[in-house]
Amino acid sequence: MMKRYDAIKRIVESTDDEFIISNIGFPSRELFGIKDRKNTFYMSGSMGMATPIGLGLSLALEQNQDDRKVIVIDGDGSLLMNFGELVTVYAQNPSNLIIALIDNEAYGSTGSQETYASRINLSNIAKSIGFNEVYYIDAKNSVDDIDMQDYVNKKGPVFLHIKVNPGNSDAPIIDLTPSKIKNRFMKQIHE
Amino acid sequence: MDSTDVIYNGLKNAGINFIVSVPCANLKKLLNLIDDDDDIKHVPVTREEEGFGICAGAYMGGMKPAILMQNSGLGNSVNVLASLNKLYNFPILMIISHRGTFGEGVYGQIPMSKATTKVLDSLDIIYHKVDNPNDAEEIVEKAWNLSKISEEPIALLFDINYWKRSVNDEKI
Ligand SMILES: Cc1ncc(C[n+]2csc(CCOP(=O)(O)OP(=O)(O)O)c2C)c(N)n1
Ligand SMILES: [Mg+2]
Repeated sequence: MMKRYDAIKRIVESTDDEFIISNIGFPSRELFGIKDRKNTFYMSGSMGMATPIGLGLSLALEQNQDDRKVIVIDGDGSLLMNFGELVTVYAQNPSNLIIALIDNEAYGSTGSQETYASRINLSNIAKSIGFNEVYYIDAKNSVDDIDMQDYVNKKGPVFLHIKVNPGNSDAPIIDLTPSKIKNRFMKQIHE
Repeated sequence: MDSTDVIYNGLKNAGINFIVSVPCANLKKLLNLIDDDDDIKHVPVTREEEGFGICAGAYMGGMKPAILMQNSGLGNSVNVLASLNKLYNFPILMIISHRGTFGEGVYGQIPMSKATTKVLDSLDIIYHKVDNPNDAEEIVEKAWNLSKISEEPIALLFDINYWKRSVNDEKI
């Protein structure tokens, strides 16, 4: 029974020096507990903003001819909250952005209340918006197929839809201030 | 030169090079000017809230961000302003067309118009009402500079009459 924690672990283990923008709540805490990296931006507070932050960073890197990649770890509940952002990503067409959507069909951090992701197919929606690179991994029983290096060199934007079971792990509180998270992340970008 | 040109000049002087927007009728010409400017990356967004997120990411990537929006969009953005911009200290220049002010013809604009400065106050966001197009160029540049050094969002409010005034009108 694989959960968000297992998927995040595989994502970060197969990530090299890519920038990660991580979703609010338990996803960020689990990521922090697995491996704290200076080039991870742990988002807190602004549910639905992980993908927009990732898009803005991707566009800025492209403007500055910086060929590093951006991985957003987003959640189904958060994506549904600001669904228009998927359309903006498609329209802006950043080649360096990978959205890794961890779909547990639940608002995990608040007690795993069911989301409407259980009634719809988010990959099909991404395809019908026009995304060329859409991948679906059923990771409910095994996360072995998750390898971010399969996606970082695709011409993005990539929409990677990972299905897992709901549930949180015993993750630590992130003991970094928001400014610290931002400043050390920016240092990684600009040094 | 009209009341829009001076805002555009202020943005250029400030070095703003990344702009997100949701249109307002009063921003029509400004949106055309930035679309024609190859040195400004313009990202139309589906919702202002999303625009603040995009600008935060762009800022981390080294861009100087601004949002062009109607004051109604402030209502769409309360949480992101508090929980992203204020929490993490992200600067952004907010160019806001303030509808529902004297001269408004659309009654739907009035409730959010009245709430606008109170929402900004409750978010503890510095704002300035720009009345005189003669001052706008300088104010836009100064507002970005303040946003940058304070690492906070700053809002400029341009009411309905602002757009009708001409630049060299001494009587303002
Ligand atoms: C605007 C807003 N509404 C509600 C919440 C409460 N909340 C925090 S995390 C969360 C669930 C997010 O779900 P999802 O993105 O699917 O992530 P998961 O934890 O399931 O991986 C909710 C509802 C919030 N923080 N902000
Ligand atoms: Mg979820």
